[in-house]
Amino acid sequence: MNIIYVDNNATTRVDPVVVEAMMPYYTENYGNPSSMHAFGGNVATSVKEAREHVASLINASPEEIIFTSCGTESDSTAIRATISSIPDKKHIITSRVEHPAVKNLYEHLAKKGYKVTFVPVDRQGSLDLDFFYDHLTEDTALISIMWANNETGVVFPIDEIARVAKDRGIVLHTDAVQAVGKIPVDVQKTSVDLLSLSGHKIHAPKGVGALYVRKGTKFAPFLIGGHQEKGRRGGTENVAAIVGLGKASMLAADLLKGTMTEVGRLRDRLEQGLVSRVQNAMVNGDTASRLPNTTNISFEYIEGESILLMMNELNICASSGSACTSGSLEPSHVLRAMGIPFTAAHGSIRFSLSHYNTEKEMDFIIEKMPPIIDRLRQMSPFWNQGKPDDTMLTGAECPL
Amino acid sequence: MWEYTDKVKDHFINPRNVGFIDNPDGMGEVGSLACGDALKLTFKLGDDKKISDAKFQTFGCASAIASSSALTEMIKGLTLKEAAVITNDDIAQFLGGLPKEKMHCSVMGRDALEKAIAYYEGASVPVKEGEIVCECFGVTDIEIRRAVQENGLKTVDDVTDYVKAGGGCGNCHDRIGEIISEVRGKPVLVKPVPKALTNVQKIRMIEETLDREIKPALKKDGGDIELVDFDHNTVFVRLHGTCSTCAASQVTLESYVETKLKELVSPDLVVSEVRQ
Repeated sequence: MNIIYVDNNATTRVDPVVVEAMMPYYTENYGNPSSMHAFGGNVATSVKEAREHVASLINASPEEIIFTSCGTESDSTAIRATISSIPDKKHIITSRVEHPAVKNLYEHLAKKGYKVTFVPVDRQGSLDLDFFYDHLTEDTALISIMWANNETGVVFPIDEIARVAKDRGIVLHTDAVQAVGKIPVDVQKTSVDLLSLSGHKIHAPKGVGALYVRKGTKFAPFLIGGHQEKGRRGGTENVAAIVGLGKASMLAADLLKGTMTEVGRLRDRLEQGLVSRVQNAMVNGDTASRLPNTTNISFEYIEGESILLMMNELNICASSGSACTSGSLEPSHVLRAMGIPFTAAHGSIRFSLSHYNTEKEMDFIIEKMPPIIDRLRQMSPFWNQGKPDDTMLTGAECPL
Repeated sequence: MWEYTDKVKDHFINPRNVGFIDNPDGMGEVGSLACGDALKLTFKLGDDKKISDAKFQTFGCASAIASSSALTEMIKGLTLKEAAVITNDDIAQFLGGLPKEKMHCSVMGRDALEKAIAYYEGASVPVKEGEIVCECFGVTDIEIRRAVQENGLKTVDDVTDYVKAGGGCGNCHDRIGEIISEVRGKPVLVKPVPKALTNVQKIRMIEETLDREIKPALKKDGGDIELVDFDHNTVFVRLHGTCSTCAASQVTLESYVETKLKELVSPDLVVSEVRQ
């Protein structure tokens, strides 16, 4: 069965080369990197090398990299470490479109007494920078802003934000889980203090992530235990996955030399193909500042889960910001923050590509999507004879 | 990934009775684009005052479309009095069950049916009375009470799954909790026993399932199947083509034909082969 996988912002295929690099650490090289004997010491060397590769991908020093279990742990560690080491400041700021790993932690901290500001975005999903800078105060302990948005692919101006944060003496964390490996991320050029990345978004396995902590940044461990990661993250290392993340980082650095541009060309082909063939379809997010692999398209007057399941019948894997797919009753917080009208928010589909995708696959999707959309619209009470029918749109509105 | 039954998937991929009946005898519209699902149901009565045709248009997820499709199948051939007693649970049961989070799709079907019957009877379009409890989805205490009573709901999450109330900002959770305890303090209404299918309904559904699901699959291998008789839940069939000479025909019958019919028509069916 041929799967067409265009859901790479959800997770990616582990590169076979990565799997190969990992295997010995599940079999013969099972030593504990903390052991005194050479059998364990050799494994410690492999972890050290992996750390160098991850550091190199973002132009950091190896000692600035802490291995974690996932992007969420990196985010949580960064945020909690900062506020606990700056206990006298009680204001923290983020955007309205963060991943739940940051958004829900901020909401939790709001309940614990922190003053929390969520910076709005415009219709294109771009940050309201005036609002942002106006809301930085003497009491602000932390800024946490994602480098790129997972749903729309919109890339935020982290360079500029980093300059402002530095001027104001505020700690800056960025959730770069979606950015790393897709666009150049260089912590020498962009002065972030803390940066989260995740293995399974860059063709390493699930269950491993990393947190970059700039030298000199105040830090307190989240997992307190052994001396691993220089006491900054207790717990025996997930050696095989760490080696996998190291290998995937090397591969990602190579992909950034040109292959990602090619992925961008495929994305553009898909996007233009769909928007030109399907009426009442629109791209969500600022196309001028966007990850090369992501497009988020709304097909108006139909619902995303239905679209996804019809695509599923053809083995095309994507995702949706519709309410029904999330188990909640509301469309994605990102699309709502952008003010995407309900006619479109419920029918949004995110296609996120990788270098494994082919032009043939894009053409298959371009060919198969219009009939799916037509079919669902023929069932929709809001669509009549090839155009929107708004006679039923006057009913009760959900003021969500 | 939702755990949908094969019957839900079938009614989603091959929905029955999509469309709109011009000059309908009954019409019911519920939901809205903003709320994420909406259904427009129309039906026509025959000379015998039974529903002769029913059609739907639905905006929503797979289970909303499947529930609408199921509803139109269920009400065809019924008098309005018979149709009026269909509950949301009947719709869910017809589909072999719905994920708990999707029960509101079956409630939407029931609501549209009620409105369509009221439309026929000339009753003014039912106005939502009572106190609006959930501002986000415009749900009243009356609707919540009814859902709690009819479905034996126990928690705020249950109420959200069935009528959406509480699924937005969450400010009404306390009030929903109060309503649940008010209702549950009193005797909970006994759920009506789902009506069993008649023999005629079963035969019709068996034929349909054979034509749509089973024959195409057998024909791929050069075989065919014929319905010979139906008696006391036993389906008598005759195999043709390669199937009739195939040593594995008993396996085909038991593991495929019978399983399909149990799933899509009724779980108490048994398949028996008739040989010349």
